[in-house]
Amino acid sequence: MHGGVDRSARPPEMAAPGPTNGWNPGLRESATFDRNAIAEIQRAAREGMYDIRGFGAKRRVPHFDDLLFLGASVSRYPLEGYRERCDTDVVIGTRFAREPVHLDIPITIAGMSFGALSAQAKEALGRGATEVGTSTTTGDGGMTPEEREHSRILVYQLLPSRYGMNPDDLRRADAIEVVVGQGAKPGGGGMLLGHKISDRVAEMRDLPVGIDQRSACRHPDWTGPDDLEIKIEELREITDWRVPIYVKVGATRTYFDVALAVKAGADAIVLDGMQGGTAATQEVFIEHVGIPILAAIPQAVESLVDLGMHREVQLIVSGGIRSGADVAKALALGADAVSIGVAALIALGDNAPEHDPGYREIGSAAGYYDDYQAGLDPAGISTQDPALAARLDPVEGGRRLANYLRTLTLETQTLARACGKSHVHNLEPEDLVALTIEAAAMARVPLAGTSWIPGTITTP
Amino acid sequence: MATADVTQAGALSFEFDLAAATVRELNERLHRVDPERPGGRVLVRNPGGKHAIAVGLDAPYEVEIAGHVGYYCAGMNKLASVRVGGNCGVGVAENMMSGAVVVEGSASQSAGASGRGGLLVIHGDASARCGISLKGLDVVVRGSVGHLSAFMAQRGCLVVCGDAGEALGDSLYEARIYVRGSVAGLGADCVEKEVRGEHLAEVSELLARAGIDDVDPGEFRRYGSARRLYNFHVENLGSY
Ligand SMILES: Cc1cc2nc3c(=O)[nH]c(=O)nc-3n(C[C@H](O)[C@H](O)[C@H](O)COP(=O)(O)O)c2cc1C
Repeated sequence: MHGGVDRSARPPEMAAPGPTNGWNPGLRESATFDRNAIAEIQRAAREGMYDIRGFGAKRRVPHFDDLLFLGASVSRYPLEGYRERCDTDVVIGTRFAREPVHLDIPITIAGMSFGALSAQAKEALGRGATEVGTSTTTGDGGMTPEEREHSRILVYQLLPSRYGMNPDDLRRADAIEVVVGQGAKPGGGGMLLGHKISDRVAEMRDLPVGIDQRSACRHPDWTGPDDLEIKIEELREITDWRVPIYVKVGATRTYFDVALAVKAGADAIVLDGMQGGTAATQEVFIEHVGIPILAAIPQAVESLVDLGMHREVQLIVSGGIRSGADVAKALALGADAVSIGVAALIALGDNAPEHDPGYREIGSAAGYYDDYQAGLDPAGISTQDPALAARLDPVEGGRRLANYLRTLTLETQTLARACGKSHVHNLEPEDLVALTIEAAAMARVPLAGTSWIPGTITTP
Repeated sequence: MATADVTQAGALSFEFDLAAATVRELNERLHRVDPERPGGRVLVRNPGGKHAIAVGLDAPYEVEIAGHVGYYCAGMNKLASVRVGGNCGVGVAENMMSGAVVVEGSASQSAGASGRGGLLVIHGDASARCGISLKGLDVVVRGSVGHLSAFMAQRGCLVVCGDAGEALGDSLYEARIYVRGSVAGLGADCVEKEVRGEHLAEVSELLARAGIDDVDPGEFRRYGSARRLYNFHVENLGSY
């Protein structure tokens, strides 16, 4: 967003169209030029600049909601809740790492930079994740001592910008994630607007204070899969082959990206769908580049299966994961774990009703806030303003995140037990059906009540 | 301050023949640092263009590599001095933190990429993207550099005794560029700037640290950021 006008937040109490409060059937809103489209044209005409915002894609796309579990009955039997075990642990990095990452739950915290988020928010993420035995991830801006201290398992990102990249931090990390792309902007570089480049952020990134940072979209020292293979070899040599190396891609040409990342030597693939969150990206990028995670997972799994690498190279998926149902469906489609970004921030207090007055002061509303780029977050999460950041208590935030992660895990187990599985990884596509033809085609599971999987193909 | 001289004197701590042993064994040995006596002189024979030689060093070693190396030689170097007797593949001394890396021959693309400290000296030419994303490292090139050198460079210096290719210093931040020969073209937001006393002193000092004494520091021109792209403006649309 630019120039202080938030076009994306529609006040929730906005009445139906009409000159009076009553419904006027003579007025017809255009499906093409709807209120958002009109407001965006007006904003663009006023500001002459694309809209930059945070959060993820807001349009509806085929998603996990379009899938259902079949559950057990006569032909297969379910497991008893509480009495019969349904395990949730995951090991990531079994291919090459001497010390793979052991997670108690199949839900990890996605990479979000210090800079995009306050130090308190990063600490809260670390506390919450550690409490339930899962990992957090650094981001485009380096590793802070706070997040290393509060995260028992910390994944260190190597991004095109290389801000703050440091071999000591690399050796301190429990895993390394080479970021090729992100679901919100496959093919785009990082952005951090001037009001969030505080002294500390500037120092960590070797940038002047207060500039609008535009980071590179390509890595400075490699291009293409053959170079990536050598880059991964270098990272392994620096860390003596101790920790796993993940490769993160935005979901686009997923079948081939996964195959090339595996060939380049990745221990794990992090696959982020188009719904994936961001701290600051052009709206046109967020909404129009990449494919939904639902369409990407089967491609990734097919690629891994074709290479004989499914479950050998772990698949971590993200992009719009909200509930245990989403987690269970992602796992059933063949993922080993999921990652959450926006949902974790919401658990910390982002978009919470108690901040509604604060959101309204800056032209937004609780439930609509997406201006993570602006640094004005009344919840104190996506900000570098010390006074705002102080509003988030890292201990309390960590407790809420741990509660949320426990809930996701319990929900996932509930669904897995209903399908008769003693480990959440035993969920399989056969347990799923689709509610829509689109979802059936993308997820490659039958339309409910039929045996029809539209457009069944071998290679996309 | 790092000096480019890899001391020739002193007993060899160990010698490593990469025709007989692997890069893994070499790096493993170099990473095993005796806290009582860190570092030491090391000779690496038959590097044979292998990748990731002497990466992630974290002690005041003096490593002499007798021959050509592949990608990422001396990557993320800290404290050590590494001298390459031949040419280098992509990304020599990438993200180095401190110490010195000296290349007797020429270097491929992205030499010193995102380097954060220390000194990189290339006695031959460097290819495209030399000093890309620089974050505090000083790079001195005896010969010429290819296109897009110092792309998005943030901090540190690039000194080129020969010529520079197209799009020098594109989207530059606060790094400083000195070129003695011709510049095929400047990248977005990179402009020529006046050479003042402090700049002459800086070039003189960098050349001295690089051990280059037959080049006149007075012959360099200075390039830096016009700082017009530091904040998003409608007028800059063509540059984004
Ligand atoms: C505030 C914020 C900052 C982010 N920063 C990064 C980053 O630095 N590096 C990265 O690879 N992804 C980053 N992401 C993307 C997340 O790692 C993840 O891919 C995405 O949030 C997953 O989708 P979800 O938010 O729907 O769960 C960021 C996301 C958010 C919301």
